[in-house]
Amino acid sequence: MAALTSDRLTQEAPSSSEAKRRRPRISGWHFVLAPIALLFLTPFVQMLLASLSPAEELVRFPPPFIPSRLTFDGFVGLFTDTQILRWLLNSTIVSVIAIGAHVVLCSLAGYGFARLRFRGRDFGFLAIVATIMIPTQLLMIPTYIMFSRLGLIDSLAAAFVPWLASAFGIFLMRQFFLSIPVELEEAAALDGASRLQTFLRVVLPLAKPALATLAIFTLLGAWNDLIWPLVAINKENLFTIQLGIANFQSTRRTQWSLLMASNVVATAPLIAFFLFAQKHFIATMTMSGLKG
Amino acid sequence: MAITTDVAAPAQEGAQDQSTRGNRLSPQLRRKRRRETREGWAFVAPAMLVILGLSIFPAAWALLLSLQKWNGFATPKFVGVDNYVRLISDDEFIDAIVHTGLYVVLFVPASVLAGLFLAVALNRNIRFIGFYRTAIFVPFVASAAATGILSTYLFSPQYGLVNNVLRVLGLPAQGWLEDPSQAMVVIAIMSLWGQAAFTTVIYLAALQDIPGELVESAKIDGASRWQAFWFVVWPQLSPVTVFVTIWQVIGAIQLFDLVYTTTRGGPLDATKTIVYFLWEKAFKNLQFGYGSAAAYVLFLVTLLITIGLVVYARRRNLEAF
Repeated sequence: MAALTSDRLTQEAPSSSEAKRRRPRISGWHFVLAPIALLFLTPFVQMLLASLSPAEELVRFPPPFIPSRLTFDGFVGLFTDTQILRWLLNSTIVSVIAIGAHVVLCSLAGYGFARLRFRGRDFGFLAIVATIMIPTQLLMIPTYIMFSRLGLIDSLAAAFVPWLASAFGIFLMRQFFLSIPVELEEAAALDGASRLQTFLRVVLPLAKPALATLAIFTLLGAWNDLIWPLVAINKENLFTIQLGIANFQSTRRTQWSLLMASNVVATAPLIAFFLFAQKHFIATMTMSGLKG
Repeated sequence: MAITTDVAAPAQEGAQDQSTRGNRLSPQLRRKRRRETREGWAFVAPAMLVILGLSIFPAAWALLLSLQKWNGFATPKFVGVDNYVRLISDDEFIDAIVHTGLYVVLFVPASVLAGLFLAVALNRNIRFIGFYRTAIFVPFVASAAATGILSTYLFSPQYGLVNNVLRVLGLPAQGWLEDPSQAMVVIAIMSLWGQAAFTTVIYLAALQDIPGELVESAKIDGASRWQAFWFVVWPQLSPVTVFVTIWQVIGAIQLFDLVYTTTRGGPLDATKTIVYFLWEKAFKNLQFGYGSAAAYVLFLVTLLITIGLVVYARRRNLEAF
């Protein structure tokens, strides 16, 4: 940059643009980006305001833009009248198991497909990649029948079993392992380490960014999933958080402060995570773009 | 570097193949091969089993189911392609395809253009850029259920913010999710809110891969900023455009969650999509065969659109794959 500008200075530059460059000015893009950013934040602000509003103000016409006072009544009602804590716990259990299994199984398989040579490898990998194209909705009906025969319907296992491993996760990890230099592993092998030892001690520590991506991908999928828990879980005490709040829609119609409080509770953990690990979330979004 | 290794690797493999083919595998080598195969499968088998059991097997079963009439309890009855024939003449299903198509048309171009515009806007070093990025990206983590509930509140005809703003501006109140002609538009707007981050991030990554010299040299040649974008940057982005378009179409065809949490297919079935139809048939009416047939049609439509877009891109030399 510095070199470029000094180059320009020595050249004959149009004087008007030169003057503009010297005067520190506010980029015009602020006038574009600031309103857009506000627009994107407005739904969240509304959600938070409504969750803290007195219930009666939210069903008044015309509704006030700013509540006259803030109250935690919505949250109190939510935590005392409903099983939301239970649902949060259920979703946490499902997500933790899903992330743990996903990371272990997909990195093992990804490493096997990337580095080991064995009979049936290419065919196996091809079969896995082919399943990426299958929409999950196609699998729902047979999976439901299968799970009900196995007695998994109406259990938390029904919610996490489909997330134990994924073709995308295997694909992602394989691509990552292919990208790291093989020499490190060869050195470990020369020192007498077994494949598993090499994998655990040499390769996995290098794979932290890819594992973070995979973990976030699984978290977003398992925590936010709605259609599958809706199909597989009917008992209220086994609801995931998404299923629970979706169910409020029919049972708590127009109890806006409670509904919005439930929305805050369901969304806040992921928002906190996002703010904490934004870099990894963005990497995950870019990676899930590579899925095709 | 890349070239030498590329050439070297097949040569080596070829040499190995020849030596093994020439003289029968020595028992030692055979034992080694066997060990390697065992080892390899030990690494991949657990994940393979999950994929086999939860993707490949159900996909095959769904095909069989789609040829049956079955409610889950009685003995399944083989009916051949009856389910598919019925689907084609089922007005409800045709309507579901039309509604899904409407959503694709509303959502996909908007999300691609919004992603491109936001990426260009965010691809610069100015103050508060971190804040702007966070604000635009954070809705991505909101679930469809949360987004849906939020939509019913924001767009509530009586109590919602949107009509309240219209009222202050002196504009007539709208029915939004309660108006059959507007409901899908609201769903598309709220999807855009939640998913603009995805297309933006993809475009942003692509923009940052374009060498700055390209744009600089175009400007030195006298191109305006707009010309530099249109003639230099945009062609570089076209593979990404093809890719995100395909990706967004595939996602849009599978719309369900947001419909379930806003309109439940209403008003007057105006937002009943293919997946909503499938879910209703299979899990409310217990028509597993009919639902599976609808699922296979969904799969085929997805495949055809993907292939169509790829072929179109190849024809225009936009290599995305």
